[in-house]
Amino acid sequence: MDVWEPRPLPNVTPESERYWEAASNDRLLLSKCPDCDLVIHYPRARCPDCFTETEWTEASGDGRIYSYSVAERMEGWPEADLPLVVAYVELAEGPRMMTNLIGCDPDDISVGDSVSAVFISTEEDNIGIPVFRPD
Amino acid sequence: MSESVYIAGAFEHPTREAPNKSTMQLHADVAAGALEDAGVPKEAVDGYFTAGVPEMEHSLTPLMAADYLGLDVAYADSTDYGGSSYISHVGHAASAIRDGKCDVALITLAGRPRSRGQATGSGVRKLRTVQDSYERIYGTTNVTMYGMAARRHMEEYGTTSEQLAEIRAAASHHAQYNEHAMYRDPVSVEDVVESPVVADPLHLLDCCVISDGGGALLVISEDARSELDRECVEVLGHGEAPKHHDAGRIDITTTGAVESGERAFTEAGLGPEHVDYASIYDSFTITVLEAIEDLGFCKKGYGGTFVADGALRADGELPFNTDGGGLCSNHPGNRGGMTKVIEAVRQLRGETSPEVQVDADIALAHGTGGSIATRHGAATVILGTEGIS
Repeated sequence: MDVWEPRPLPNVTPESERYWEAASNDRLLLSKCPDCDLVIHYPRARCPDCFTETEWTEASGDGRIYSYSVAERMEGWPEADLPLVVAYVELAEGPRMMTNLIGCDPDDISVGDSVSAVFISTEEDNIGIPVFRPD
Repeated sequence: MSESVYIAGAFEHPTREAPNKSTMQLHADVAAGALEDAGVPKEAVDGYFTAGVPEMEHSLTPLMAADYLGLDVAYADSTDYGGSSYISHVGHAASAIRDGKCDVALITLAGRPRSRGQATGSGVRKLRTVQDSYERIYGTTNVTMYGMAARRHMEEYGTTSEQLAEIRAAASHHAQYNEHAMYRDPVSVEDVVESPVVADPLHLLDCCVISDGGGALLVISEDARSELDRECVEVLGHGEAPKHHDAGRIDITTTGAVESGERAFTEAGLGPEHVDYASIYDSFTITVLEAIEDLGFCKKGYGGTFVADGALRADGELPFNTDGGGLCSNHPGNRGGMTKVIEAVRQLRGETSPEVQVDADIALAHGTGGSIATRHGAATVILGTEGIS
């Protein structure tokens, strides 16, 4: 997987541009509430628990598979990247984030396996896409 | 005791494929059907409830629909939780009626995904919401989302594909008696687990049908009821709960039915043990399994054992979806809440197929709209034969 396209790019907003730009530099950012310490994914400007304005924090990129599903076919998806493994990864920092698992045979993965973030570049300089690879 | 509210009319469009009709035409068909069923004239309608028309994005429902249908109403609501919307609308209509905002509330649903050529949950959809940029870019589809929920439920509770398959098998057993059902041939547990894998661990027969059609309900006040010579059913309780990703704390083995069910039972002054018949939204088999646990019909995690014992069959402990449900009969507009209420009304009126008719005084209809693995609107209503309250 050299480049993300033709898969869909995110809609980048003033609230999220730092998240996507960080991913283009191989860094996974999360929102963190300075008041109640909640760590938040997807990123938000205000904490959804207490509405305090959040700060950015960098994730380790480590996590475990919370669940996953495998699609053999997917319209609009590159043939070379099928089957498609859609997964929730529970990050070491807490939140469960939607992602893809790459570089693995779906028959060899299990719930609970440890995974690490990798970042796929896009044709846009300021957008990278975080995905995960089993350790 | 608050004012009694009734469902006086219920109509399910008999079509499952409507290439030569428009979606709005189907709305009119089902509205006319529900009014005729109730014996209420169109001009009596003073409340209108509907959710978004899928192929008409940002269409200002209910304005657009009220315009098309020629409705002149004092109250309207377009709460959109996806497929469970229409179960919510029953509760919202009851509240509006008790508030004196309206007396005769019409609820309509129609859709034509089959004629519009929608494939089974495949293909990247357009990004619309804030969450789509963090989810749909990864190729999430409805079926992969429910597949993830099924896998996690299996992991935590030991649920098996065969147990999920019994949910389809029970629905198909009922569908054989419904002349309008899209698939009427009974299938076995083996048939389900041997059908092609769509999104591992879900098989093709774990998924609901894609059908055109629609349905409508007429919810009325005590005053309006007193003018009708028609058996009605009472709306005894309603509850709903939007459940979401919760900043990353989501648990995909548990649904908003925990809250919506408790709210509905509390309002009705009843519990799961009082329910004679249950319509449970069945977008996928796992949707049913999680809902029956969360509504309290069995202990959390024991849904697989519960259904495997035949509980969901018409002669079982919790007869469900006796029309064949979304799995076998109908899933109009990819939104299954409306038909859930309609079959519950049929059961209470004694109008469903005789082979699957239950001796029912209390019925429950429950919906899980949206996606169980990201965000969904859970909605529950409890209905009773007239006078039961």
